[in-house]
Amino acid sequence: MSVWESLREMDRLRQEMDRAFEGVAPWVKRPLVFLPAAGARQYPRVNITPTPEGYLVEALAPGVSPESLEVNLQGNVVTIAGEKPAPEGVQAAAFHRNERAAGRFIRTLELPQDLDPAKVRATYTDGLLRLALPRAEAAKPRRIAIDAG
Amino acid sequence: MSAIEKTVPDADAPTAAHELTRQTERYALPPVDIYEEADRLVVVADLPGVTKDGLTVEVEQGILTIEGRVDRSEAAEPLRREFTLTPFFRQFRITEAVDRNRIKASLRNGVLRLELPKSEAVLPRRIPVEC
Repeated sequence: MSVWESLREMDRLRQEMDRAFEGVAPWVKRPLVFLPAAGARQYPRVNITPTPEGYLVEALAPGVSPESLEVNLQGNVVTIAGEKPAPEGVQAAAFHRNERAAGRFIRTLELPQDLDPAKVRATYTDGLLRLALPRAEAAKPRRIAIDAG
Repeated sequence: MSAIEKTVPDADAPTAAHELTRQTERYALPPVDIYEEADRLVVVADLPGVTKDGLTVEVEQGILTIEGRVDRSEAAEPLRREFTLTPFFRQFRITEAVDRNRIKASLRNGVLRLELPKSEAVLPRRIPVEC
């Protein structure tokens, strides 16, 4: 137990370090990591691609139970939450390897424009969550007629 | 290739001495859970983006090979990219104690589950005691 406690202590320290150094080197795209094995990554990882209608958000989330997936949208902010269950009923001693992370996650993404909640399409296939997020009517570009005097 | 482009942080993944890994740039090492149940070994691997058709699981000369191919086509360059779908490759040496003819594989939500039943010879057996 004390080993676990000190690991937790280490993790907390690392997180504090990461926070303290955030933004020091903006050209480094990857978050600074002080313990290389435990990257402070947001889960799930996402790709955001522009589409003619709006945006496509793809999240890399294998093994998440589809019932637990929850996508919320407010304005231009999308929240993805869910749970990746650990193998059930397996004693810790029975593991030869345990590399797959498990647990509950939540991630909030801010998109450049407001989105239309009524037209959002979400699919989850092959461990990829895909969200098609069309722009809100108000956020669409509008041509302004010019009065020539 | 920047670190952000890997699907799986393979450089960080632990590797064991008895595991054969062909680690080239083109492949990612999928993270796995391996655990033992009373009558079988279970291997669970995260293979996001791999479909049933793109997956090959083979046992040859005591080596279990998991290979997954992915569709890497993208409609447009992402505004923000945190991952690239990469093909997966990983090998394990399996023991004689596994019954290779009864290995079962299933793929669901990007997770491969392999069940490797222990062969009859190594299953515990209760010996009736005669008096």
